[in-house]
Amino acid sequence: MTSRRLDQILLAAGVLVLWQLLHWAVGPDVVSSPWATVARAIELMRTVAFWGHAAATASAFGLASVIAIAAGIGLGLWLGLHRFAGDVADPILGTVYSIPKITLYPLILLVFGLGISAKIAFGVIHGIFPIAIFTMNAVRNVAPVYRRTARVMRLSSVATAATILAPAALPEIVTGVRVGVALTLLGTLIGELFAATSGLGFALIRAMDVHAVTDILAITMLIFIFAASVNAALGLVERRARHGG
Amino acid sequence: MTQWHLPVAKVAAVRIGVICAVVAALEILCRLGTIDRVTMIPPSEMASSLWDILRSGRFNSDIFFTLYNVTAAAVLAIAAGFFIGAGLHALPRLRRLVVPMLAAYYAVPTFVFYPLLIVAFGVGRTALVVMGALFGVVAMIVNTTLGLDHVPPVVVKTGAIMRLGGARQLLLMRLPSAAPHLVTGVKLAVAYSVIGIVAGEFILATAGMGKRIAFSYDNFDNRTMYGMLLLLLIGVMIVNGALSAWERRLHRRFGQR
Amino acid sequence: MRPSVWSNAGRAMAASLDGQISLRGVTKVFPGHDGHPDVHALGPVDLDIARGVFFTVVGPSGCGKSTLLDVLAGLSPATSGTVTFEGRPLAGGVPDGIGAVFQQDASFFWLNVRDNVAFGLRRRGVGGREIDRRVDDALAFMGLADFAKAFPAQLSGGMRQRVCIARTLVLEPKVLLLDEPFGALDQQTRLLMGDELLRIWRETGATVVLITHALDEAAMLSDQVAVMSARPGRFIDIVATGWPRSRDSRIVSDARFGAITAHLWDKLREESLRAMGVGDPPDNRVTGA
Repeated sequence: MTSRRLDQILLAAGVLVLWQLLHWAVGPDVVSSPWATVARAIELMRTVAFWGHAAATASAFGLASVIAIAAGIGLGLWLGLHRFAGDVADPILGTVYSIPKITLYPLILLVFGLGISAKIAFGVIHGIFPIAIFTMNAVRNVAPVYRRTARVMRLSSVATAATILAPAALPEIVTGVRVGVALTLLGTLIGELFAATSGLGFALIRAMDVHAVTDILAITMLIFIFAASVNAALGLVERRARHGG
Repeated sequence: MTQWHLPVAKVAAVRIGVICAVVAALEILCRLGTIDRVTMIPPSEMASSLWDILRSGRFNSDIFFTLYNVTAAAVLAIAAGFFIGAGLHALPRLRRLVVPMLAAYYAVPTFVFYPLLIVAFGVGRTALVVMGALFGVVAMIVNTTLGLDHVPPVVVKTGAIMRLGGARQLLLMRLPSAAPHLVTGVKLAVAYSVIGIVAGEFILATAGMGKRIAFSYDNFDNRTMYGMLLLLLIGVMIVNGALSAWERRLHRRFGQR
Repeated sequence: MRPSVWSNAGRAMAASLDGQISLRGVTKVFPGHDGHPDVHALGPVDLDIARGVFFTVVGPSGCGKSTLLDVLAGLSPATSGTVTFEGRPLAGGVPDGIGAVFQQDASFFWLNVRDNVAFGLRRRGVGGREIDRRVDDALAFMGLADFAKAFPAQLSGGMRQRVCIARTLVLEPKVLLLDEPFGALDQQTRLLMGDELLRIWRETGATVVLITHALDEAAMLSDQVAVMSARPGRFIDIVATGWPRSRDSRIVSDARFGAITAHLWDKLREESLRAMGVGDPPDNRVTGA
């Protein structure tokens, strides 16, 4: 058993212990025990209703991610390649990114109504800005010596962008996508909290309404596992982009 | 050696132009009715609503409620985040394990814990403040560890050669070295605290700006809603802008690492 | 099919290749914005670099050496004057036959060594078998054959520069421009890389233009050394070393090495002080930002 494996097991054990202690300290009305939570999670995964909610969330999340990634990278590339536009937009993007998106929720609900398009909109506005910002910076931060090398080799703009700028910027773009996708998931779930009749966020709201503590924790735990997996997968993609396959 | 100078003034002018154009377009579309009043009121009316709110002081209690909560949550997030971050930095094995969890943290809608916090702390500001702090703490942790990472070993060696004691080393050498990243952490912690607090006020509206906005939304009082939203937006932009300016100054002074 | 530059026929052919550069009255001015004054980086400069010569430019920091190289290569248009490459004036853009190695590491981190070296050939649509042959030659030539599958992140700074040089050489440039390529390396590696450079120069027959701040490097490697003044850079002196073609770094033991280096420093010392703002201000120069 490697030291890393041992550490991971110790960490998992530590988290469980802390969780159990917390449960004992504040009681089952605030925090359910790890065991009860896991049991409930398994129970939920056996119901059809749960998977219906999960599918609703997943499809909204998937669509929102695709839009946020495509639009974010597109915008970021354009701003990164056109220096003046990038300089103009940089503080604007930064400010919009730092605005709490909750201020836009009423507006989105008014525009999209209740339903899946509001969910997707929530997701997209959360994810698109970090992706655009990271992509723009990735392109701008490509080492100037790479551009000079391309010019000495007399490469066309297209060839330079495709064979040098793209792979050079890719690691940082993937980092942006990681951050953006995590936030898109958050946005989709929030959308479901406020604006949906299905989905895991909606299930959470229902659980919160009747104060079903175990349900709340079980669903949150499953969401967390899903988010962590997506994040880990993107982490692998990022590492490959850095090494160059 | 700078070989040339970017046309800074021109960039700023174009930027202001773009922003004005967007606002003007919204104003026109709203006035023309292309965007109906139920969805959005013209920006000029948002501004006048904001002015009314400030002048009349009708919602001062809500505004100060939120302000107090955000400040308390931010302070808590910054302090806790700093100590946890410094601790993780000192224990690299623990850190390596915790990092993936931290990365996934912001995908979890942390405010689902809000009802649980209320049961624990009772209805009132404590639950809200803890909520806000929970939101912001991870950003501070991550940036603290990052900042301490970026303390160059040579700085520590210099402190050792000057025979500085542990506390003075920390204060005089490590903290200033990590300052740019710490300020980034502060900026993010504040921003996330705002989100946490206002989201909490949305969900379980007892008082505060979030409550006022949700209340107006439910009662179709778009004027008040947009006025309050504008106030929130401007407040956030001012605070964030100030912190960003400080951050930029530190990065410039300390050099990019 | 052109013979490889590393065959005998190749060397004979290389010796007849044109690689001649001329500058007449070349200046480079960077316009100022927002009230900042214009920056007169370079000139006026007159220069003739004969084909196959090893030509070095030395000068104080910020004097415009790199700008000179950019203008020579066609990376940066001259503000006034003409740059002629092989008898033809530059038409905006880099002419065919120029290779460049820079001080910063330009190896592509996402490609292994072999793919790095093959990069330029692939872009030109050279056939696969031809690429393999030429890349193998280049890797062997630069001592990188054992590292073909390694990625730049796994290599030292000196090795990465070798990758960049190999990537440039495989395209068989007639002129090889080097902008402080060994600046980031330690002294011993620099000296060894200097020997490498001489070997490359001899075997490819290319014209070499080297920018360096190291006077000993300039003195031991070059046929001619041009001394540049503080900004705006102009040539104060051009020293012919008269070294035999077969030289290497051990030329330092030659009595003339000391004399040449001393002469260079003599010319350069005043300019360096001026660049630092300590010496007498120059006569009709504009002090930029």
